Amino acid sequence: MNPNLPNSFRSGPDDTGHFGNFGGRFVAETLMPLILELEKAYAAAKADPAFHAEMNGYLKHYVGRPSPLYFAERLTGHLGGAKIYFKREELNHTGSHKVNNVLGQIMVARRMGKKRIIAETGAGQHGVATATLCARFGLECIVYMGAVDVARQAPNVFRMETLGARVIPVQSGTRTLKDAMNEALRDWVTNVHDTFYCIGTVAGPHPYPMMVRDFQSIIGVETRAQMQEAEGRLPDSLVACIGGGSNAIGLFHPFLDDPGVEIFGVEAAGHGLTQLHAASIAGGRAGVLHGNRTYLLMDDDGQIQDAHSISAGLDYPGIGPEHSWLYETKRVTYLSATDDEALAAFQLLSRQEGIIPALETAHAIAKVMELAPKRPRDHLMVVNLSGRGDKDIPQVAEILKGQKI
Amino acid sequence: MTTRIDTRFAELKRQGRSAFVTFLMAGDPDPATALEIITALPKAGADIIEIGMPFTDPMADGPSIQAAGLRALKAGMTLKKTLAMVGEFRKGDNATPLVLMGYYNPIYIYGVDKFLVDAKSAGVDGLIIVDLPPEEDAELCLPAMKAGLNFIRLATPTTDDRRLPAVLANTSGFVYYVSITGITGSASADTAVVGEAVARIKRHTKLPVCVGFGIRTPEAARGIAETADGAVVGTALVDALAGSLDAEGKATAKTVRAVADLVSALAQGVRGAKQAAE
Repeated sequence: MNPNLPNSFRSGPDDTGHFGNFGGRFVAETLMPLILELEKAYAAAKADPAFHAEMNGYLKHYVGRPSPLYFAERLTGHLGGAKIYFKREELNHTGSHKVNNVLGQIMVARRMGKKRIIAETGAGQHGVATATLCARFGLECIVYMGAVDVARQAPNVFRMETLGARVIPVQSGTRTLKDAMNEALRDWVTNVHDTFYCIGTVAGPHPYPMMVRDFQSIIGVETRAQMQEAEGRLPDSLVACIGGGSNAIGLFHPFLDDPGVEIFGVEAAGHGLTQLHAASIAGGRAGVLHGNRTYLLMDDDGQIQDAHSISAGLDYPGIGPEHSWLYETKRVTYLSATDDEALAAFQLLSRQEGIIPALETAHAIAKVMELAPKRPRDHLMVVNLSGRGDKDIPQVAEILKGQKI
Repeated sequence: MTTRIDTRFAELKRQGRSAFVTFLMAGDPDPATALEIITALPKAGADIIEIGMPFTDPMADGPSIQAAGLRALKAGMTLKKTLAMVGEFRKGDNATPLVLMGYYNPIYIYGVDKFLVDAKSAGVDGLIIVDLPPEEDAELCLPAMKAGLNFIRLATPTTDDRRLPAVLANTSGFVYYVSITGITGSASADTAVVGEAVARIKRHTKLPVCVGFGIRTPEAARGIAETADGAVVGTALVDALAGSLDAEGKATAKTVRAVADLVSALAQGVRGAKQAAE
């Protein structure tokens, strides 16, 4: 027994927002009072049955939960190994898991009396979810999106604008997700008195990584119950893609203390780990950015490096701090899939199951293609189908143009 | 422990005037020109010099200072070279206080202990690290104090009376009051409002209070210097530097002069201020 292992993998973070050495509150003083206020407001909401009752009502009737746990029979037969189940988060209203978190945060924002909501977005899924709930609750919504992502995710930009949000293309830095987050933080520092920052993933200063995880954990909680019903036992393995890691932690967290459940997170390896990629754990090291200490892509001088992934949602040089801790404690195994592997998985899943996955999700499928055939037929594998691929169709069409599909 | 910062404020108090504090980015537009500019600052009227440590993701800075950091990084600036530049400056000036300002990650990666030793021996007097609030004091603030460097904290309009004691607890050298809620260079500070805020902070501390963010002109600098112990100007200087560059962003014969002239004008503004009532 390793004496450094915790009694539970589910008790973090500590009171100061740390998961082991990771997490924390590395923000400008201007934001600190508000972050402490948010921590209190969230703790009060979490302890209030009325908050949960209201949220559960919206989760059921507006989001459409519970999302199904679906046996992917043809893919299972095609790969010839583990029995593969999909947790169908892509069937949620707005088309991904992002809405689970946004609903929770918007309800906290309402309790705090905030009327102006800002968000950053990469693929646009978090931006769309935020724009949707702001429309539903009549709140002003501003979404920061890297100019590069605005170009490659045009359908989502139009969706956000249709929903009444203002999308601001970010021209600074590398003009992708990290810069959108910088710009959202700059807005927040400027408009701290009336603005709520709705962060899209399990990153940022405490309490965000914890709060977002709590809201996403409904994925894993439902999966436990649904798998009991389907198979009478827990799954043997879980697989999810990771940018910041919110869909992954949402599925993983309720299973962290079940040692029989193998857990795999899949980062984006872009053009390959020796070239441009977005795999912070495979190719980065611990550092401090965007309010938390976590694994980051950087050079020897501590300058943040450009990430690259075919998927805008994974194109971020960091990962949530709880993942960094789960990596160092070895509870979760982190793998990576390249752009090409994700594209192949995107096509395979479309043909085998009639489900077009988001390019983000296709990274998880790519590793299922490797893991499933090596496991016995009674092995139960759950993949988080975190998002649907409608938004990616124009981009994939462009890439595959001229190729024989 | 007495640092050059403490000595300088004691001198200014005897002279009955406030400090003029300049901010420029290390290595902007290139390491050699940046050293030349910083060397020219004391003669032009800077009482305290803040030097930015370039970082790719400066989340509290506006477009001007973001661009300055990127110019410096493109010209090959690193934290190691920033410390070497401080060492060069110290060969000709052992009195002007030097404060390094920036973000934590480059220091964390350099290694906190090694950084503190190297910074102290290069001649750095204080640190302002934007993303290290008191909640993270164990990271760098406490080790820096132990190493004999001032850790200068930012207080902001959102830092209320209840929180001020926590912010001031491990602060030394001076307190940097951020006059606006916002990023550098984004809005103008309102002199009357700033005056009240400075008075509020002074009820909690004997440390000098300098005010920055939103001061661009000699008149504004004079207004601030009448209520605060120092006025900090950054974006306006960085803009003057940027305006002197050629189409490729390279230094020209005018660059050092452009910055030094504006520093002289701003220093005149600060020196024209009536001393604030104690």
